[in-house]
Amino acid sequence: MRFSILPFGALTDTLSASGISLTHEQILTIEDLHQYLTTTYPAIAQQKFRYAVNQEMVDSTHSLQDGDEIALLPPFSGG
Amino acid sequence: MNMDYERYQKHLLLPEIGIEGQEKLLQARVLVVGAGGLGCPVLQYVAAAGVGTIGIIDADVVSLSNLQRQILYTTDSVGRKKVEVAKEVLLSMNPTIAIKTYPEKFTEDNAQTLLLHYDIVVDCTDNLKARYIINDACVQANKPFVYGSIHRFEGQVAVFNYENGPTYRCLFDEDDAEPPNCADIGVLGVLPGVIGMYQALEVIKLITGIGELLSGKLLMINTLHNIHRTIKIKRRQPIITSNLQEAKPVSLKENSLRVPVSDIVKEFLQNPEVQFIDVREQDLDNAIFPKEKTLHIPLSQLAGYVDDLPQDKLLVVFCQSGRMSNLAVQMLTQQYGLINVENLEGGLNGLSSKQLQK
Repeated sequence: MRFSILPFGALTDTLSASGISLTHEQILTIEDLHQYLTTTYPAIAQQKFRYAVNQEMVDSTHSLQDGDEIALLPPFSGG
Repeated sequence: MNMDYERYQKHLLLPEIGIEGQEKLLQARVLVVGAGGLGCPVLQYVAAAGVGTIGIIDADVVSLSNLQRQILYTTDSVGRKKVEVAKEVLLSMNPTIAIKTYPEKFTEDNAQTLLLHYDIVVDCTDNLKARYIINDACVQANKPFVYGSIHRFEGQVAVFNYENGPTYRCLFDEDDAEPPNCADIGVLGVLPGVIGMYQALEVIKLITGIGELLSGKLLMINTLHNIHRTIKIKRRQPIITSNLQEAKPVSLKENSLRVPVSDIVKEFLQNPEVQFIDVREQDLDNAIFPKEKTLHIPLSQLAGYVDDLPQDKLLVVFCQSGRMSNLAVQMLTQQYGLINVENLEGGLNGLSSKQLQK
């Protein structure tokens, strides 16, 4: 399956802010994706963030579909 | 109402606002928490729009490094209290409104009293702790708040706790780790202007009832790459079953005199009239209470969910040691007058799954 990954906040220090394209056959759920991302990019494992799929906040059990856009959303604190 | 028609002429010409909308603005009471990067544009636009009563709370004084983005202040303002300077500038722009200033921090201690005087809160703070205080105070007082926050070239905007809509805690649970703020990592001066104006816009939409609010939605903007996304958020509400039965639940107190706790818990697990509530801060698994029979509501958020708790069930509250759940039971019975609540004394530590399998 092919996904586009769109990071926000401090996650853009590790992943390109304009998004990355990811093709992987074993990633079926958000949990799988999280496992993959934190293994491939250990720097983001320390950060707190949530996932949104196609502009909807989801939990870790959410099943992914081919073509999904997955946004990585950390809390911001500045003001 | 004595309206300044000329001042608000361009609002009055808009059919969506008109005289009725302008009157709503004049009667509105808005508390802006934080008079910094976000607070300045919010204050300028809500004051110009004629929001009748504006509260400004901020304990800081103006510093030279604020001026790159905090556009209410000038070089002459350095060293003066932000709330004082803001009030002067805003009143010179619009002397027809009332501005109240609070040169202090927004804390758990003053939150409830302050909220009594306002209908809407605007979160223009620069740290997560204050954001959770605003969230919890607004949930408790049942008032909406317009949230904005920034990170370098990016911003987030949302309306929380509007008519039982999602709250900030539905987006991010509390975490001890404070993400870096712009004082530490820098921020493009224009950015809080953009985000603050989105907040002012939501405030005006909220008051006048026009358009679609960012309630249940988080607007994410990356200004460097022109990325805008509106992310749907759901209220993370514990699932409540409505198929309530007549049978009266058994009570922990009555039984505890006769039988060991493990036996009562065994009985509770069989009883559909019992609802377990896990008040530990983290949503952790445990070997005793199955997830589908347990509502996880951290103690720190419990006040916001009191109305959602089933009234016809016995609520058995637990935590790891029984101490936090005891506080939860005290709060529910003493502050909210609930009678269908019991503490699992000794908590999970006092039980072992072995005992229950006997």
